[in-house]
Amino acid sequence: MFRYYLKLGLLSIRGNPMLSGLMVAAIAVGIGACMTIVNVDYIMSGNPIPQKSDVLFRVQLDSWSPDEPYDDPDEPPDQVTYLDGTALLKAGKARRQVLSYRSGRVLRPEGEEQMPFDVNSRGTSADFFAMFDVPFKYGSGWDKTADDNVEMVIVLSREINDRVFGGENSVGRTVMLNGDAFRVTGVLEDWTPIPKFYDITNGAFNEVEDVYFPFSVSISIELSGRGNTSCWKPVGVGGWSAFLNSECVWMQYWVELHGDDERAEYLAFLDAYAESQKLLGRFPRPLNNRLNNVMEWMEYREVVEEDVKVLLGLAILFLVVCLLNTIGLLLAKVLRRSADISLRRALGASKNAVFSQYIIEAGVIGLAGGLAGVGMTWLGLRGIEILYGQFDFVSNLVSMDWVMILAAVVLAIFSALGAALYPTWRACRIEPASQLKTI
Amino acid sequence: MEIGPIFRALMRNKTSYVLIALQIAVTLAIMANAIAIIQERSRLMGRPSGVDENNIFYLTSTGFAEDFDVRSTITEDLDALRNTPGVIDAISTNTVPLQGGGWSSGIRLEPGRDNESTGFAIYFSDEHGINTFGLDLVAGRNFLPTDVYWHDFDTNRWEGAGIITRAGAETLYPDDPDSAVGKTVYINDDDPITIVGLVDKMQAAWNGWSGVERSMLVPHKRTSKSTRYVIRTEPGLRDRLMPEIEEMLATSNRGRIVQGMRTMTETRERSYFMDGSMIKLLIFIVAVLTAITSLGIVGLASFSVTRRRKQIGTRRALGATRVAILRYFMLENFLVSGVGVAGGAILAVGLNIWMVQTFDLARIAWYIIPAAMLTLWVVGQAAVYGPARRASLVPPAVATRAV
Repeated sequence: MFRYYLKLGLLSIRGNPMLSGLMVAAIAVGIGACMTIVNVDYIMSGNPIPQKSDVLFRVQLDSWSPDEPYDDPDEPPDQVTYLDGTALLKAGKARRQVLSYRSGRVLRPEGEEQMPFDVNSRGTSADFFAMFDVPFKYGSGWDKTADDNVEMVIVLSREINDRVFGGENSVGRTVMLNGDAFRVTGVLEDWTPIPKFYDITNGAFNEVEDVYFPFSVSISIELSGRGNTSCWKPVGVGGWSAFLNSECVWMQYWVELHGDDERAEYLAFLDAYAESQKLLGRFPRPLNNRLNNVMEWMEYREVVEEDVKVLLGLAILFLVVCLLNTIGLLLAKVLRRSADISLRRALGASKNAVFSQYIIEAGVIGLAGGLAGVGMTWLGLRGIEILYGQFDFVSNLVSMDWVMILAAVVLAIFSALGAALYPTWRACRIEPASQLKTI
Repeated sequence: MEIGPIFRALMRNKTSYVLIALQIAVTLAIMANAIAIIQERSRLMGRPSGVDENNIFYLTSTGFAEDFDVRSTITEDLDALRNTPGVIDAISTNTVPLQGGGWSSGIRLEPGRDNESTGFAIYFSDEHGINTFGLDLVAGRNFLPTDVYWHDFDTNRWEGAGIITRAGAETLYPDDPDSAVGKTVYINDDDPITIVGLVDKMQAAWNGWSGVERSMLVPHKRTSKSTRYVIRTEPGLRDRLMPEIEEMLATSNRGRIVQGMRTMTETRERSYFMDGSMIKLLIFIVAVLTAITSLGIVGLASFSVTRRRKQIGTRRALGATRVAILRYFMLENFLVSGVGVAGGAILAVGLNIWMVQTFDLARIAWYIIPAAMLTLWVVGQAAVYGPARRASLVPPAVATRAV
């Protein structure tokens, strides 16, 4: 019977192109608006590193002022001090750990053809590449001994390698940053974690850094950070070493821990460390250390723009209006066909049969609306791309993957079926003989 | 007016009308809140930064050569910039209003960390700062060349003069802001700064910060290798001078790179980009929504007219005029829209309350809801006019036909 109803449904749709067209359009527009925003939200709250997001943890220590918390209501700073970062790194209690911060340098290509230019750099300890699954095109990162020996080694991003070395394998060659020579140990593949979860200070959707070198080197050349530096106490006399010994937070610390036991153990270690610092007169606030995994961290930092959430709410209401429209149109269609329905009922069709027929017809409309809705969503995303074109990262946020396409179609079908329930129920209630009279 | 019969006729066949009323209600809720958001964002975007935006641009100079000397470079650069024809003035500083990145510090009325501090945006400057930014000095005096000092990274002391904005003075001395001139405040816990002047307005670098109107200029020159030069030109000369000045600085000293050149105008655009885009999106959504609801009204009204051809014909045969028929349908829609906008008003308020709580949005201004109600009411009437007119054209003869 399904095929028969399908055939009836298609015939009826074709017989009424205007009305059917309007219904499909209503659904398509509603789905388009809704799914455009859902798509952006989906990508923004997506998992940038799904294979490891629950074993990577951001460390927060509450080294802040006794008079007020770092942030309301009682949040510890999101970065660590030099003293604490290096102490934790030395203790090495986690499976892997990384201390890093972002800065800037001037890269001076060899020869006269290319002018020196500014690069974003990251001074990081060795585990960075393994921990964050950073893909390499040539070579590799460095190891702990390079960190300890303050070796002048460097890893280049793909763009920088293309620009300076024409994309060749530059492992072993030299790169000048300001007055310092670095030896290339590796070149990265294209790497765009969305969002840039490991350091969202300068923007959650910014590009990753251009060059990476050991954290110890960064400190030895007295490179200050290009992110946020927050201090609750003045730095005091003594230049760079005073800054390193201060209570200013400016570095990011991540650890890799597998399983709840390791996590609990590490948290206990952090608390013990905090206690030991209290004995030295630091950490005046009560114990407030945190370990958030990647997704928890991004929620904590509210990575998804609030505007997106507001638009999401409005888009859902928009869909509601479109569905109300669809219900109205379906109802009109059903009532127009009352004579047809009552004739079928008089000839013996059960209420169920009538119900099935019209539900299936609505399903077909929903499917058509969904497919058209995918097209509308694509248009909507292009619109977003144009509107927000100023931000380079936007192109990463406006792509549709299969999950989203499927979601659009499924949402359309379910909405159409939902919208059809009332009109179809009305259709079933039409009495067999009621419409057969001519007056 | 035949409201009674219309109403009773409505009640007998409620569903379609309920649907239209619901559509109108939800559309109103969205429309009213969208307008509230648009209003708030426009207000934010309209706040003046306090500087001469049309004629200011800035660029960053970053030294990299081993023999790069910060102090002589900055002194030479500023000299060259200030003597360029068409340039009103120039300074070396850390940032500009609305830039997105900058420096802020807590300022205290009494020395010592135990005392309360208020956050101020800090701008490094010299005696040319006010003229370069185009600020309005409203009390006290500008910096003198003798006030200016170079920062010493080793001793890290800040001591000397400061100029703050009116808003800053109002926060520190709420009872008598003008008395701020001559007072001493404390930065970095206990470094004293004497306020020598007040400027009318100068915003901080972060447009979303609650303290955005509180800024302090200090006659303090930094010795870091990277600095921003802010340049103010004569009206109309900015675009021509920008590449010229960039070229001049790039060639005058090969031990540094010049980059990140931007106008204040572009800085403002970038700063409010999200808000501007939100406004455009919301306008689009409201327009499309109104169109959809109007089409819904037209559709359902047409259908309703077609269904009642016989009834209309009968009424006409019994003596009703065309105008009476037209009036009937307009009135019917008026009632339905009325219920719709009434329900919509309640929904709008409810939605607004929820949004204020969840998203920290502004409360809706009282006049927006009645205005939106009126708009949708009128839109509904306009939409139904077409089908209503068609109804009025139904000839009386229809009553006598059997089909």
